[in-house]
Amino acid sequence: MDETIGAEPRRRGLWGRLTLRQKQVIWAWGFLAIPIVFYSVVRFWPTIDAFYLSFTKWNLLQPPDFIGLDNYRRMFADPQFWQVFRNTFLYLIIGTPVSLLLSFTIAYHLDRVRFMHGLIRALYFLPYLTTAAVMAWVWRWFYQPAPVGLINDMLSMVGLPQQPFLRSTVQALPAVLAPAVWAGLGFQIVIFMAGLRAIPTSYYEAARIDGVSNWTILTRITLPLLKPTFVFLVVFASIAFLRIFDQVYNMTTNDPGGPLNSTKPLVLMIYQSAFNSFDMGYAAAQTVVLFLVLLVISLVQLTVLRDR
Amino acid sequence: MRRLRDIIGGSLIALGIAVSGAGSAQAVEIEYWQYVFDTRVKAMNRLIEEFQAANPGITVKHTTFPYADYQTKVIASASAGIGPDVVQLFYGWLDLFVNAKLVQPLPKDTFPTEAIEKDFFPIVQAMKRNGEYYALPTAVRSLALFYNKKLFQEAGLDPAKPPQTLTELLDAAKKTVKMESGNMVSAGITMDMAGQDHQWWREVLVRQYGGVPYSDDYRKVTYNDKAGADALKFYTDLQTSEKVGQMGFMDEGQAAFRAGRAAMTIDGTFRIGSFKTIKDFEWGVAELPANAEGMRSNYASYWTNAITAKAKGEKLEAAKKFLAFVSSPKAMELWLDAVGELPARREVAQKPQYMNDPVYGPFLKALDYSKVTLFVDEQAQRQITMDMTNRVLIQGQEPQAAVDQAAKEEQALIDRVAK
Amino acid sequence: MAASFKDARFNDVRPGKVIAWTLLFLGGVVMVTPLLFMLSTSLKPASDVYDLRLIPARPTLENYLAVFEDGRFPGWILNSLFIATVVTLSNVFFDSLVGYTLAKFKFRGRYLVFIAILSTLMIPTEMLVIPWYIMARDFGWLDSYWGIMFPGMMTAFGTFLMKQFFETVPDDFLEAARIDGLNEFQIWWRIAMPLVTPALSALAIFTFLGNWTAFIWPLIVTTSAELYTLPVGLSSFSVEQAIRWELIMTGASIATLPTLVIFIVLQRFIVRGVVKAGLKG
Repeated sequence: MDETIGAEPRRRGLWGRLTLRQKQVIWAWGFLAIPIVFYSVVRFWPTIDAFYLSFTKWNLLQPPDFIGLDNYRRMFADPQFWQVFRNTFLYLIIGTPVSLLLSFTIAYHLDRVRFMHGLIRALYFLPYLTTAAVMAWVWRWFYQPAPVGLINDMLSMVGLPQQPFLRSTVQALPAVLAPAVWAGLGFQIVIFMAGLRAIPTSYYEAARIDGVSNWTILTRITLPLLKPTFVFLVVFASIAFLRIFDQVYNMTTNDPGGPLNSTKPLVLMIYQSAFNSFDMGYAAAQTVVLFLVLLVISLVQLTVLRDR
Repeated sequence: MRRLRDIIGGSLIALGIAVSGAGSAQAVEIEYWQYVFDTRVKAMNRLIEEFQAANPGITVKHTTFPYADYQTKVIASASAGIGPDVVQLFYGWLDLFVNAKLVQPLPKDTFPTEAIEKDFFPIVQAMKRNGEYYALPTAVRSLALFYNKKLFQEAGLDPAKPPQTLTELLDAAKKTVKMESGNMVSAGITMDMAGQDHQWWREVLVRQYGGVPYSDDYRKVTYNDKAGADALKFYTDLQTSEKVGQMGFMDEGQAAFRAGRAAMTIDGTFRIGSFKTIKDFEWGVAELPANAEGMRSNYASYWTNAITAKAKGEKLEAAKKFLAFVSSPKAMELWLDAVGELPARREVAQKPQYMNDPVYGPFLKALDYSKVTLFVDEQAQRQITMDMTNRVLIQGQEPQAAVDQAAKEEQALIDRVAK
Repeated sequence: MAASFKDARFNDVRPGKVIAWTLLFLGGVVMVTPLLFMLSTSLKPASDVYDLRLIPARPTLENYLAVFEDGRFPGWILNSLFIATVVTLSNVFFDSLVGYTLAKFKFRGRYLVFIAILSTLMIPTEMLVIPWYIMARDFGWLDSYWGIMFPGMMTAFGTFLMKQFFETVPDDFLEAARIDGLNEFQIWWRIAMPLVTPALSALAIFTFLGNWTAFIWPLIVTTSAELYTLPVGLSSFSVEQAIRWELIMTGASIATLPTLVIFIVLQRFIVRGVVKAGLKG
């Protein structure tokens, strides 16, 4: 802004003859040139490639063989795939409600707390900054049988029976999910609190004057006004749980996704097919399924939550 | 394939250590590839130095890759027609490389079949396809029983007399296991299917119970009989009825043993280095226990050296010389001293100073009766055995049903991969 | 502190509030328990690992010495730092450039470009890792910094976020600069960018965190230990340690402590950034 007026270059030639609007268009495409190349090469082309690969049999060694829908047929006939599919949904339908319920409850109450507010918020937020692959090892240690595992040691101290956790086909999935919920809470809490802050206090004051109960305020004012926040967090959390990998990979290195595949999510199956068995086509077919699932879930959630 | 932790120190070394000579115009340069494992790389560098001193016209370029990536690197470069002239392969990959015509048969003038079969342990026959040998190892590995002498002593057992039979093994495990208010605090024997126990079950227990795990070419699964089920029952009983071991105890079997919380564990030659760092107690090594009839078995594996299809003319001649050198008795002695892996030739292995070694002896003795499983996908096959055991341990499936299901799954896998 | 009790929501201090506060506080303590035990175990000698006490009976730094003797951690930390920084700078630059262009320029095809970029949000990165891996192999990018970084150099999320913020910048400002003779790049860089600094820092914090903790792609694309990022290094280190928990916890502490210290120093800033990026994105 401190440039002197009249410094505008009076260039002749092609550029000088363009109108301001034309120049603008050229600038715009100039700005977009590198990004367009990037998105084409790193996003669009690989997407097409993934679809194409899903119709081939390829072990990186020989050229890919086009085999039509065989990978999909094999996948739908593979009991492991269905087990994995079920696991992936379990991560989603346990993880999302539990973490949202917890985080909303905490945010709702924390929002009303002034004493040491910053400290308490920090305690809840800290896990969000940790690395999932790293903390998985800490949790894995907690879950060990006695005498190693912290939780089982505590259970035996108070005389409760030992739990197998990662060695159980029933408990392993929730046990793997726990650190994911734990790490995600902090983010959801601060987002909820920001949502709560955005509700004008005048609404609450008016309600108070009318003598409305806390519960009614919550259900009639707070929750409806928080709906956009909820929609955002439900979609965000669902996608994260559907894509769970780091925790499972690190907590079950001896029996990846085990025991008996009871913790294996789709992304781990993809990883194993592609990078352990070099079954690239089969892995690509699984990624296509993951893509479709994510697409459907996002669309369903957006419409359901938006309409109500 | 095998787990990363087996290559502990190795990853310190960078992408490639190129040992190349001055490169005079006449010199033939051949390239040799292996994976990074500190002691192996150093041993190979010494072998190359000696080889080059003896063959002034040849230089060997030594290139190494991290273990986890090694197979991919070899496959990717070999398929592109670049890469090494002599390459180190895991024995189980041979089919893949032979079928893709990436390696060539060993020329019979330098490597006569009869000489190989006379001089090497029979496990090397896994390198034979249609009457031709495709690769030769420098060193091999086998399994043995490691035992904690301190825990043996505390339990009133003679630390100089490790169990010789399965019955004695069970007996020793019962005496050494320690429980506290229903929880295991120290195992009699470790149970770790993700470790080496799946090999123990497959090639040792199944045979000791009178069965055969696979057909001779390993293309047909045959352990789904009573022998297989009995072998599995013996193994799972260790946890369910005898309560001398527990899958997942201390997370990994070797971890429990190293922490002094397991009296016995079954593991391979490659574990010796790690156990040598134990300070709190003394340990011993014994051959894997025999069955009641005195029959023993073992599982051996090895990395082997092959000449790639790319080597022709004078490079092929140089590659032949180099391969002959690295599979010579001299190279094997150096390898055992430097790396701690067992010689693949009888005459070297059976030298008294090795045979009577308290640590290496039991492993060496096993080589005469060891079997080599021809995996099509070791990781996937291990997973099937692991799942089989877990179905019994966690879900209470009957051993026979568990074995049947595993056999079906493994057969389907073999059929799909090896067709 | 007490002054804020004037707020209508907080003017009554009832026993219920005390209970709620206590529960919240205890919940917060539970949240950091894993971190406390991780730290505490890293300070215990191997023989005390199964001792449940939070305060080590015989505190020692021997585990830290052992881990640093291993020598790889500093390299992994630097790798992660370098990669996260470069990717963050690239995102701050390109995402805002694209966001700005889409928000402030009128030209045919603008909407198409916007939708195209936005649509990539629907494609999970897991679907792309296989083609990326093949691409990296063909271009020789496997096991290189560039190989780790290239997929994240620009993101649709960041572009969308920055577009939202640039839309709030009044056109008059830009018009004035145009009259002053600045070219379009200068207008963006000198005039528009300073106006969205809070958004830029939000984007930077979010991108940095995402890359600092990224696991699956670096795991796939790196093969030599020197190129590992911290999460991949820690994971492989833990497997190698073969379940020696005191060393694993030490590694985990080393991987976690820097972030926690930075957070404690910059708490407000970071939380605000995460909220901003989260809500607008």
